[in-house]
Amino acid sequence: MTLVLREGYDAIAAAAVDAGCRFFAGYPMLPFTGLLDAFARELPRNDGVWIQADTEIEGANMALGAAATGARAATGSTGQGIALMQETIAEAALNELPLVVFNMARGQQDYFQTTRGGGWGDYRTIALAPASVVEAAEHTRLAFELADRWLTPVILYGDHMIGFTQTTVEAAPDHRGATEPDKPWALDGSTGGTGASKVVWTWRQGKHNTPGPGPNRHWQHVADKYDQIATTEARHAGRHLDDAEHVVVSFGTTGAFVDYVVDELRREGHRIGTFRPVTLWPFPSVTLGDLARSAPCRQVLVHELNAGQMIDDVRIAVNGAVPVHAIGGVSQDESGMRQGELLDVDTIRERILAATEGARR
Amino acid sequence: MTHADPTMRKVADFAPALFQSTEHHLCSGCGHPVAWRLLIEVLEELQLVDRSIGVVGHGCYTQIITTADVEFLQCLHGRAPAVATGMKRMLPDRAIYTLQGDGDMVSEGLAEVLHAAARGESITCLMLDNGVFGDTGGQMTAATTVGQRTKTSLDGRSEQEHGYPIPVADIVASFPGAAYVARGAVDKPNAIARTRRYLREAFASQLAGEGFSLVEILTMCPTGWAVPTDQGAQYQRDQVESTFGLGELRPRSTT
Repeated sequence: MTLVLREGYDAIAAAAVDAGCRFFAGYPMLPFTGLLDAFARELPRNDGVWIQADTEIEGANMALGAAATGARAATGSTGQGIALMQETIAEAALNELPLVVFNMARGQQDYFQTTRGGGWGDYRTIALAPASVVEAAEHTRLAFELADRWLTPVILYGDHMIGFTQTTVEAAPDHRGATEPDKPWALDGSTGGTGASKVVWTWRQGKHNTPGPGPNRHWQHVADKYDQIATTEARHAGRHLDDAEHVVVSFGTTGAFVDYVVDELRREGHRIGTFRPVTLWPFPSVTLGDLARSAPCRQVLVHELNAGQMIDDVRIAVNGAVPVHAIGGVSQDESGMRQGELLDVDTIRERILAATEGARR
Repeated sequence: MTHADPTMRKVADFAPALFQSTEHHLCSGCGHPVAWRLLIEVLEELQLVDRSIGVVGHGCYTQIITTADVEFLQCLHGRAPAVATGMKRMLPDRAIYTLQGDGDMVSEGLAEVLHAAARGESITCLMLDNGVFGDTGGQMTAATTVGQRTKTSLDGRSEQEHGYPIPVADIVASFPGAAYVARGAVDKPNAIARTRRYLREAFASQLAGEGFSLVEILTMCPTGWAVPTDQGAQYQRDQVESTFGLGELRPRSTT
């Protein structure tokens, strides 16, 4: 195994190519642009196609078209640009097309957008939130696998910190050439004139001689599939949870800072643990709920750099078993491209200690 | 039914076997079914039935995806040229085309078609232009001609109130990336025959890798235009063709 030093953007693009990604289209927007540039370098030299789209809407629909042929395809932007892609993401979900969407976000204010979405219909998107470059590369491979397995859009929620951090990653991981599942649904034009030519349409009405299930049965099928995903694909990471009286929940790169602080507080004797949803959707509600109901747990603290978005999912999971308190807040730096002063170990330490002392009183 | 020379048969005699049903929900006097038939006929002639994919927008014409036995993807309103781009790049040896209305292409999807043309994308875009949003009840589009009656321009489109229509085919014809652009009609037999030739040329230019191709087909919508069914064709000739002239706007340079 050869290790190389790579910036996060390059690590993600390399992992995508390694996972068989053959198509990427996107529109420049900071801090996503680094990933657009990385795909521009990586894909053409690996027999892939890269297109600079002229709007986010165009890029997402190009990727949808490529995905409809069975090719592993992706698009991306920041949350502000992904806002423009919501209709397309929903369309991919209802058409059961695997589509990977990279959100190199400007911070943590895209949790609602990522987990609730703004498109039409009964759909969900699997959402992965890596905390590091290494994890981002792993999640990139996983995103393409999950998209194909469940025929759904998958969003990877990264940020500037992942994009601009250099770290050692595997240069040529073993997955290269990994087989993809059969895609009997993919369009290639060849079924015309057979009496059973394919049609991709969110209403799934099929054709005159080969009728489909129709919209209601199809949409119920899609909803049932998301129920299955919710019970099988929830992932999380945790530290020091066995006897934790205070559980700090955070996501993405913020989690790395929280882990650092909690490790330090543990060494000082505080019974604190961390819980980080790796999948923002499906949120690992069952695990967190069990944790909150376990004997030692006295409270759950939520550190997220927004006005309170993930805390809704935490409260649903905890379901009143113990108090849930927000210790994060809106925090953007002056460039507007990244998290602000609340992403700081001293601040996080102060806020955790204040909350644990508050719980003791 | 067989014909020695397919270009000489009467249009009225022909119902392509690829249509699984000849029933449709389109209004009396609508031009779309003729355009559907021409499309399918040309796919057969060029032996593209089993190596083509149509990306279809939102409009009355969308129903073709349930009756014609060729592959289709029904996409979001206006986005067909972008979807077709992704497909074509992954399947470069297939004929990839869009089927859109003027509402779909000129109102909602102007950016997609212009950028695809500017890139010289090797796809064929077909626009059925009747100057109204027929499927939603006959509202004005960005291609409604000045003076044309629609539900949202009952006294006719007014330059002062509504501005002017966007001649997307003429705009695209000026792009270096466009290999073939034509505007046809389906209101009478010689126009139909010419339009079929335009479609053949457009697909042939795509297969030859010459660049982007677009065929706009003027279609009658007497319902949307609030004229008697049998006057649709004449209304089109008087009202629409005076703005949108027929013919090859950019012929293939290699023919």
